[in-house]
Amino acid sequence: MDTKVELHSTEKIKLTVRDLNFYYGSFHALKHINLDIPERKVTAFIGPSGCGKSTLLRVFNRMFELYPEQRAEGQVKLDGEDVLSKKLDVSLVRAKIGMVFQKPTPFPMSIYDNIAFGVRLFETLPRAEMDERVEWALKKAALWGEVKDKLAQNGSSLSGGQQQRLCIARGIAIKPEVLLLDEPCSALDPISTGKIEELIHELKADYTVMIVTHNMQQAARCSDYTAYMYLGDLVEFGPTSELFMKPKKRDTEDYITGRFG
Amino acid sequence: MTDKHLSTQFDAELGRISNRVLEMGGLVESQVTQGLYALTTFSLETAIQVLQHEDRVNQMEVEIDRDLSAIIARRQPTARDLRLLIAISKTIANLERVGDEAARIARTVQRLINAGLSSRMRLPVADLQYEADLAIAQLRKSLDAFARLDAVKALEVLKEDNQIDEEFDGLLRKLITYMMEDPRTISASIDLVFVAKAIERVGDHAKNLAEAVIYVVKGTDVRHTSVEDVENVVR
Repeated sequence: MDTKVELHSTEKIKLTVRDLNFYYGSFHALKHINLDIPERKVTAFIGPSGCGKSTLLRVFNRMFELYPEQRAEGQVKLDGEDVLSKKLDVSLVRAKIGMVFQKPTPFPMSIYDNIAFGVRLFETLPRAEMDERVEWALKKAALWGEVKDKLAQNGSSLSGGQQQRLCIARGIAIKPEVLLLDEPCSALDPISTGKIEELIHELKADYTVMIVTHNMQQAARCSDYTAYMYLGDLVEFGPTSELFMKPKKRDTEDYITGRFG
Repeated sequence: MTDKHLSTQFDAELGRISNRVLEMGGLVESQVTQGLYALTTFSLETAIQVLQHEDRVNQMEVEIDRDLSAIIARRQPTARDLRLLIAISKTIANLERVGDEAARIARTVQRLINAGLSSRMRLPVADLQYEADLAIAQLRKSLDAFARLDAVKALEVLKEDNQIDEEFDGLLRKLITYMMEDPRTISASIDLVFVAKAIERVGDHAKNLAEAVIYVVKGTDVRHTSVEDVENVVR
């Protein structure tokens, strides 16, 4: 067990959430969420289906704005800047806060272009520098060794686990500060899952990582902090080793020990 | 453990392993009782019985450990369930040592009888019986606390541990007096000092069991903690 997890008060906070409410039409999906996400740590969100964990992640990079009936109230501040503010360009928010989804979503183009595509939206790089960036991102995502000889191949020719690492590479190629992972391993086999988890561990040296997972053991394995959510409420948030060994709330204990329902 | 898991199989596994621990506890408790009976009645036969049970206790420890590993591998327990399994692992190690102490007492009785000790010799075996009664009561109480996951009862065990220690100190002084008064009792008295020490250790193991119970229930490790601080954790 990792006992080196520092106390929450000593961490530098990357993202602060204050009195956040979220509505799907009239449905109140997130209720008065207050949360401090520490920088360069992995924070996991767990909870039963419909608890709002994915919704919360979608608020962080304003993914919900694609749907007119969905709205968020409250504050989400990244280094003190309110990401929900209409004054802030949504594409800039997403450049800082990248997201990887449950199902691998490679673009129907070459492995190389899958990475370069997002970079071109924000930067104009000479060919050599772009090559370097692609290699850097693929190396970070622990995929370079497997694809370096076939960069021109279509991204969808890769295996599911490789595709997901390609999506992570694509996410980090534009050098975001925060990486949101929504069930990144649920469609993957244990070996691929192990590689992604290893990768998450390495990514936190540079990024603040948030991961939504149905797999509690995955949260226990790869996160520093864990938040347990239920029916739109944040029930408990704390260092992962404490939450899984001695949760403060009975509801959390019932859920993680499988006494729920 | 009042609430049920979604998996009834998991409940059954935890229930089964807890029962095995209690069974092992019952076995070593009777070993200690019999060891003392062998001493106070000079019964070579009873002493041999105690030694025969030793293999069974060791075997139980190995089996429970194996079941523990299987549950951890298959269920990946967390929180209270994980604490229970960790506590069981420590508990059976302590119970096995209680069995060792009982065997130590039995072997000493064997030696004393073979050396010609009999009820004609004036030795304070009744005092040893008293110390043993305290230790056995502590052991039983800590096993009760484990069975019911009762932290308050476990706390009582911690509070009463010093009674056995005081009894041991008193016995030591008494045996020294015997040895000074009649040097012919020196050899037997030294053996009895070891018996008294073995009983005192049984009390220590009972205390360890009680601490494990509090860990399961409260989630706080209370080893090497003053009784007052433990009281604050339990209340």
